[in-house]
Amino acid sequence: MPTYSLKVRRFDPESGDAAYWESFEVELPPERSVLDGILQARNDQDGSIAIRCSCQAAICGSCAVRINGKTALACNTKLGEALERGKDGAIVVEPMGNMPVIKDLVVDMDAVHWKKVQRVVPWLLPDGPPPEREYIVPAESMIDITQAMACIHCGACVGACLALEVDPDFIGPAALAKAYRFVGDPRDGQTEERLRDLAEDEHGLYDCTHCFACVEVCPKDVAPMDQIMRLRRRATSDYGIKDGNNGYGHEKAFVNIIEKWGTLHEAQLLPRSFGQGSLIRSQIDPDSLKQLIPTLPTVINGLKSGKVSPKKALIHPKLPDQDQVRRIFDEVHSREERIELNMYIVGESGPEEES
Amino acid sequence: MPQHDVLVIGAGLAGQRAALAAASEGASVGILSKVHPVRSHSNAAQGGINAALNPEDSWESHAFDTVKGSDYLGDQDAIEIMCREAPEEILDLEHLGVTFHRNEEGRLGTRAFGGASAARTYYVADITGQAILHVLYEQLMKHGEVHRYEEWFTTSLVQDDDGRIAGCICRNIRDGRMELFSAKAVILATGGNGQIFNPTTNALICTGDGIAMAYRVGAPLMDMEMIQYHPTTLQGNGLLITEGARGEGAHLYNAKGERFMEKYAPNKMELASRDVVSRAEQTEINEGRGFPDGTVALDITVVPRKRIHEALREIVNVGRDFAGVDITREPIHIKPGNHYVMGGVKTDSNGQTSIPGLYAAGECACVSVHGGNRLGANSLLDTLVFGRRSGKHAALAAKGMAFPEPSYAQLHDEERMIAEIVGRERTGRRVSEIKAELGAVMDKHVAVFREEAGLQTALETVRRLKEEAKTVAIDDKGTVFNQDALGALELQFMLDNAECIVLGAIERKESRGAQYRTDFPERNDEEWLKHIDITLSGDGPEISYSDVTLTKWEPEERKY
Repeated sequence: MPTYSLKVRRFDPESGDAAYWESFEVELPPERSVLDGILQARNDQDGSIAIRCSCQAAICGSCAVRINGKTALACNTKLGEALERGKDGAIVVEPMGNMPVIKDLVVDMDAVHWKKVQRVVPWLLPDGPPPEREYIVPAESMIDITQAMACIHCGACVGACLALEVDPDFIGPAALAKAYRFVGDPRDGQTEERLRDLAEDEHGLYDCTHCFACVEVCPKDVAPMDQIMRLRRRATSDYGIKDGNNGYGHEKAFVNIIEKWGTLHEAQLLPRSFGQGSLIRSQIDPDSLKQLIPTLPTVINGLKSGKVSPKKALIHPKLPDQDQVRRIFDEVHSREERIELNMYIVGESGPEEES
Repeated sequence: MPQHDVLVIGAGLAGQRAALAAASEGASVGILSKVHPVRSHSNAAQGGINAALNPEDSWESHAFDTVKGSDYLGDQDAIEIMCREAPEEILDLEHLGVTFHRNEEGRLGTRAFGGASAARTYYVADITGQAILHVLYEQLMKHGEVHRYEEWFTTSLVQDDDGRIAGCICRNIRDGRMELFSAKAVILATGGNGQIFNPTTNALICTGDGIAMAYRVGAPLMDMEMIQYHPTTLQGNGLLITEGARGEGAHLYNAKGERFMEKYAPNKMELASRDVVSRAEQTEINEGRGFPDGTVALDITVVPRKRIHEALREIVNVGRDFAGVDITREPIHIKPGNHYVMGGVKTDSNGQTSIPGLYAAGECACVSVHGGNRLGANSLLDTLVFGRRSGKHAALAAKGMAFPEPSYAQLHDEERMIAEIVGRERTGRRVSEIKAELGAVMDKHVAVFREEAGLQTALETVRRLKEEAKTVAIDDKGTVFNQDALGALELQFMLDNAECIVLGAIERKESRGAQYRTDFPERNDEEWLKHIDITLSGDGPEISYSDVTLTKWEPEERKY
């Protein structure tokens, strides 16, 4: 049976010592999990290794840790595969990021994750008293929010979120996915209020930087970033919510620029963002102008460092096949309904087949 | 000293439901759990929850199916209550926000399940337990007045001089602080004890804590021999494949490609009750018609692919991640595996045990609605109905009652006990060694088929392990997250559970429900239409009997 070397980040808050690395050799078949490895080390070698774990089946969400630098559930990461991505023949296991460490691999979920969940008013707020029987709602709407319901609150996305690293107050991927669970629920009566609240919060909807880290690490395919984007689409397209943080304008600017040029025209992004997507508005609307002026030092720095040149700012070439890009836009705009991808509807990515 | 009218121990479905019900009666409520509530094992209930909510269905039909499923050991008065109150419970959950599957008209839709004469299982894909658990937790977050003690481990129950429950003693896992809680009523909702078997579908936290704690203060345990082996679990790691798969139409085959359920349950086939299907599979395996790895095959490919993605999503993941099988394209190998304890702390239909002020609800309780065999999708229902009834009853009973003043002496005893465990020389066996030996002996001798000699071997082993567990070696000397020391306490809880299970299995000299004795292969209503109660007395476990309550349904031959 193969031997695996687990390099575990240890921390004992009672010792007064800093965190340190300790290696454990475990013998298990390659298809067994990193959690099995940690438990074997704990069972046979050192009972003091702390890790939360329970179901061993990727349902309870207890055992999210960082394995070789990437957040994952220890119970559904196979030893064999982890080793391939490991360093110097060892599998590196650390506590998740963005949350304080309590001991070894155990982090304080309450201080970060659950506080953020509580922030999004995570319970159904129907209008008026419930009906005598069930609420009658479209079957698809329930399947749709089941993707967000599938979240097991393991915190893997919170631990991996790059925006949270920069802004610890960001509501974050898990809590915002939870918010979509209510926004997408036709039984909820506070859809607009919820969207307005999350859009207006400067640490809310528009704090996400589209880095995909949460989508990549989520063990349940909740795809938190997709849920955040749906919240944005609901906020803008359905309710026309134009937040004070220019989140709406920034997104609109992005879309308009791509539609026009096919690639990002960086010099126009900032002014258009303040002008709710429009370059002209940003130059004539007093509010937008007021916001533009404080960005002057940044612009000057950009010019000095060569990141922006007057030539680049004025002339931005279109993609040679910009027509193709525009066709995508036309195709999407021509559809009556928004197309949302949902794993409970489309299943695994891959060729469609009849069964 | 924290004080609550009602203190709930365990925060799965039964515990959270009890806490919310007690709070809605105006009681001050605390809810304690050794894990964060959403980590509770209720999560693992995949398939759904039963209720006769359709106008064409009736609670009587649901009740009869449950009685028959129980092999007539279930108490029919309690079963009637559960089935009558089921529709209301589903609607309450729906109104709170559970995203139950809808039919084309947008109304609640159902799926078929084992042992049921109508499709009455309501579900959320195959994450029903998780979906309900999370919605109840949303309600706990909403109702901040319910005090949550998350990651607190209860070590023992506390009684006053008259034997009435007065509170409990707990350890805050995060800092090791021991605390004495005062409560007018304590509701145990600590779940099952599957960890005494290996393999099991149960999570690592399912160590029978509440059952053992109640037993230690003298509450009788009932039907403990009734241990359910689920028909579709993965070989080796014991992971669960939902009965919903068969509910959606999946078939079982032996290695010769025969759909063997034709022989055992020609009418219901794969949807016979669980004890019947598990015995059929084990018979095929024992008689050499299984696969070399000791399994038979579950073929889900007959279910349309779109339907699998929509309704069996989690099983796609389990197959891919834990068995390396794409269930949409090929059969998956499965076998019967430990899943559920029908028995538990004996209660009445309000959750009251024989100890004044002590309640139990959910898997740790035995009302008894499951008798010899639980029907799939009745466990969630049990947790919710009897969780709510316990919470409400406890809250009403606590009204006007003065707070008990439990003695600190027991707290100090428990502190010394843990100090002894942590401080002892490392000369004994390791917790994991004892647990492994226990799991193996239980799965060998106290499983689908049982007989006297094997059960006696199991009893001897369990009793020896109980002695060895008193001196297990502990590495962790700290107070913060000392899971090592708590593991030693859980091991003792597990061994108390195991002893009672084996004693019950030895005592019941017949075959009924999950108890199949190869040396007594027939059901014997003359002598054994009765519950086996086990009570801790001064000298150890004492066996007595209690009547099975029959209302409408006389025992008859059970065929599927």
